[in-house]
Amino acid sequence: MSDVLAEAPEVEEAPPDYLHAGGGIKGWLLTRDHKRIAVMFYVLILVMLLLGGVFALLLRTELLSPNALVMSADTYNRMFTLHGVVMVFLFMIPGIPSVFGNFLLPLMVGAKDLAFPRLNLLSLYVYTAGAVIVLGATIWGGADTGWTFYPPYSTTTDSTVLPVTIGVFVLGISNIMTSLNIIVTTHTLRARGIGWSRLPLFVWALYATAIIVLLATPVLGMTLLLVGADRLYHFGIFDPARGGDPVLYQHLFWFYSHPAVYIMILPAMGVISETVSTFSHKKPSSYLAIAVSSVGIAGVGFFTWGHHMFVAGMSELDAGIFGSLSMFVALFSAIKVFTWVATIYRGRVRFDTPMLYFFWFLFLFVFGGMTGVAVATQSLDVHWHDTYFIVAHFHFIMVGGTLTAFLGAAHYWFPKMFGRLYSEKMGLATSAAVFLGFVLTFFPQFLLGNMGMPRRYYSYPARFQWLNVLSTGGAYLLAAALVLTLLNLLIALRWGARAGSNPWRARTYEWETPSPPPTHNFLAPPVVDRGPYDFDLSEEEARARTEAP
Amino acid sequence: MLNEVLRRILFLPVQGSTLAQRIDALHYAVILSTMAGAFLVTLAGGYLLLRYRRRLPEPAIPNVEAGSQLSPPLKVAALAALAALFLAFWAVGVRQYMELRVAPEGAMNVYVTAKKWMWKFAYPEGARSIGVLYVPAGRPVRLVMTSRDVIHSFFVPDFRVKQDVVPGRYTTVWFEAVAPGRYEILCSQYCGTGHSTMRGEVVALSAEDYARWLRGAPEPAQIAAPAYTPPALGRPDAAIPLQPSSLVRQGQRVAAEQGCLRCHTLDGTPHIGPTWGGLYHARVPLEGGGEATADEAYLTESMMDPLSKIHRGYPPVMPSYLGKLDGPETAALVELIRSLADVPPAREAP
Repeated sequence: MSDVLAEAPEVEEAPPDYLHAGGGIKGWLLTRDHKRIAVMFYVLILVMLLLGGVFALLLRTELLSPNALVMSADTYNRMFTLHGVVMVFLFMIPGIPSVFGNFLLPLMVGAKDLAFPRLNLLSLYVYTAGAVIVLGATIWGGADTGWTFYPPYSTTTDSTVLPVTIGVFVLGISNIMTSLNIIVTTHTLRARGIGWSRLPLFVWALYATAIIVLLATPVLGMTLLLVGADRLYHFGIFDPARGGDPVLYQHLFWFYSHPAVYIMILPAMGVISETVSTFSHKKPSSYLAIAVSSVGIAGVGFFTWGHHMFVAGMSELDAGIFGSLSMFVALFSAIKVFTWVATIYRGRVRFDTPMLYFFWFLFLFVFGGMTGVAVATQSLDVHWHDTYFIVAHFHFIMVGGTLTAFLGAAHYWFPKMFGRLYSEKMGLATSAAVFLGFVLTFFPQFLLGNMGMPRRYYSYPARFQWLNVLSTGGAYLLAAALVLTLLNLLIALRWGARAGSNPWRARTYEWETPSPPPTHNFLAPPVVDRGPYDFDLSEEEARARTEAP
Repeated sequence: MLNEVLRRILFLPVQGSTLAQRIDALHYAVILSTMAGAFLVTLAGGYLLLRYRRRLPEPAIPNVEAGSQLSPPLKVAALAALAALFLAFWAVGVRQYMELRVAPEGAMNVYVTAKKWMWKFAYPEGARSIGVLYVPAGRPVRLVMTSRDVIHSFFVPDFRVKQDVVPGRYTTVWFEAVAPGRYEILCSQYCGTGHSTMRGEVVALSAEDYARWLRGAPEPAQIAAPAYTPPALGRPDAAIPLQPSSLVRQGQRVAAEQGCLRCHTLDGTPHIGPTWGGLYHARVPLEGGGEATADEAYLTESMMDPLSKIHRGYPPVMPSYLGKLDGPETAALVELIRSLADVPPAREAP
């Protein structure tokens, strides 16, 4: 990365930016600078997105035909397991916090670095180890359990389940390290003048996410260890042949994995809150509503896991309680959506690529969220459960929500991270193509689910074929659009125009330092005398109020 | 009428059970209102984005409208209305869910055993069937289900019912078919290699036909045309070499009914189990060393006690058919395999 910008003219006196801080390869691999660690995470996470995407394309290709086409049933089963594990544990969960959170949190609270820089570097290496273990397992055949690892299938199948669960366990450790760093940094390293009500909303989202990670991940770790014990030592926790209970596993698994949905979507909501405010050039219509609903989602999200199990053999009373609590998540999400829309009202909207991504997010997230209300309605879920309706629903939230926000963040903070501007025209065009490809891929899957096509089906009755072909076509379009998006950013990395410190005229504190920022983030420790969205101040005044008098 | 139009627009299957139509009514209400809400929010957002777009050249003055927002009572009212709507969905959904879960008094029981990758049904009168569930139309039927291996899920889209089938416990599901007909059964909980072919069908008969079927009569002609044929596993079905022997044809029928073809192919392609193409009198390598000749004795033994001599390279998953195949059926299967002796072995499955 440092070579790419090697011939950039140095500014006199000012310390070099973090990309030019020197140290060679070692300066990167052993760095304690959160920005360099974030950039390394960025590269790894994009590789994972690419891998997960390739697996998805292979799956979609196989589904062009109701019968065998390019792979066997066993290969298909391993492929969707790999797709799920890679996308969930290697891309979605760490994606926004480890890349943009890592990079921006210290800048947004006016700190020199995260609270535990060495722990941050360790989390990168632990993540790498987890990725190697998960992907390495495919060399020994790979697991065919699905990313949900339901026993007794996972405890009896011949495929290599253990390395994958161990890999996921290791990834959880990395995730916990990052989250500890986020929480401690938010509590202890805020610059003078940045109180809790002056934190950018992205920080609130990261903070709420980190709390969920700390509380939920250990449960997943224990559960996966118990699956391992069942496999290796015939422990019998989940194996009915030894008196165990497979439904117990589902409770434990979803106790983590439902909150994990919010681990994936909350940081994305944080990105959206920043985007909509900056590009509307206006304060969020209610800072309090967005911050509180983040924490509200984090809280209620812990008590809705049972809605994954309406047909699993749970008592009717439990199912009713879980169903009603699930509706409250929708309510908190609605508060956020209304606040975003109201923020645009009487703003001065600048329609750049990140704002277009906001608009796609708005449509896809609301659409996906509303289908969430539909599947939380129990008698309807009985028909939809484990069909493509569910597949479409969670892809609307995870791809339509989280990936869209990830791409929005990649464009919004690109000038800050790399000091360059990407091609706005290409940005808008690729963004539109991503949206089209996405809708074409996943909308037909809602209809497939209504028709009754179960998920994880290698072959299917012929009446489902034309919708599957449509969906596969959309997947190819989506893949092409993502590749073009990446190219646009890579080209800008080398040839983009200089960005300047604040190209979007934003007010959050990370824009008050040069782009890319110097190693210690700010030229002098900031002393802040304003909020993060004070658009009623002129740019000069806003800057003056972040400097020591 | 409206029901039918909406059902087709939403791609829902036919409403084959007594509960289906009411569940679909809730479906329409929920989907139409939530989708309307989603489009409304998006349209509002899109309108505001255009209405308040920044016009060039930008004024340098700071945004004095920065704090403007809707009045608080209005927001609270909107949220309360939304909460009421969601809770109304929930309340109706819970009531229907209870109806789906609790079978009416006097429902007839059928016992269901699921295993990789077939459905087995046992009727109180002593009849048994595999893959096809025969029920009387117009009478509530309660299924008492368990699994022999992993979790499966009994799903009949036309009935809007689904229930996981869990090893080590019994789960139940009930339905009442409104009319005689054929309704597809799909396994909807992932269960391994044959998950997507673990299908079957419910055949709803009139009360008289059902009584006749219990007495051993074949299913009546008007619904005998098979809507469901066991799909080819692994690769599209190659032409089955037919011989003009009624026993071979009978063997094909038995193989389809008993689920043999879910694991064994006829065209020389290895699958979950060894192919039957070219198997007859072939030398079979055995797990644990040695080999056997696939003669009538070996084939019969493999049906009745499949774990005693395992074909090397295949998982020991075949269930025993002891007591499930009678003499003529066993003979018919052997005859079918013999008729396939000249099928050349295919290359490895892709």
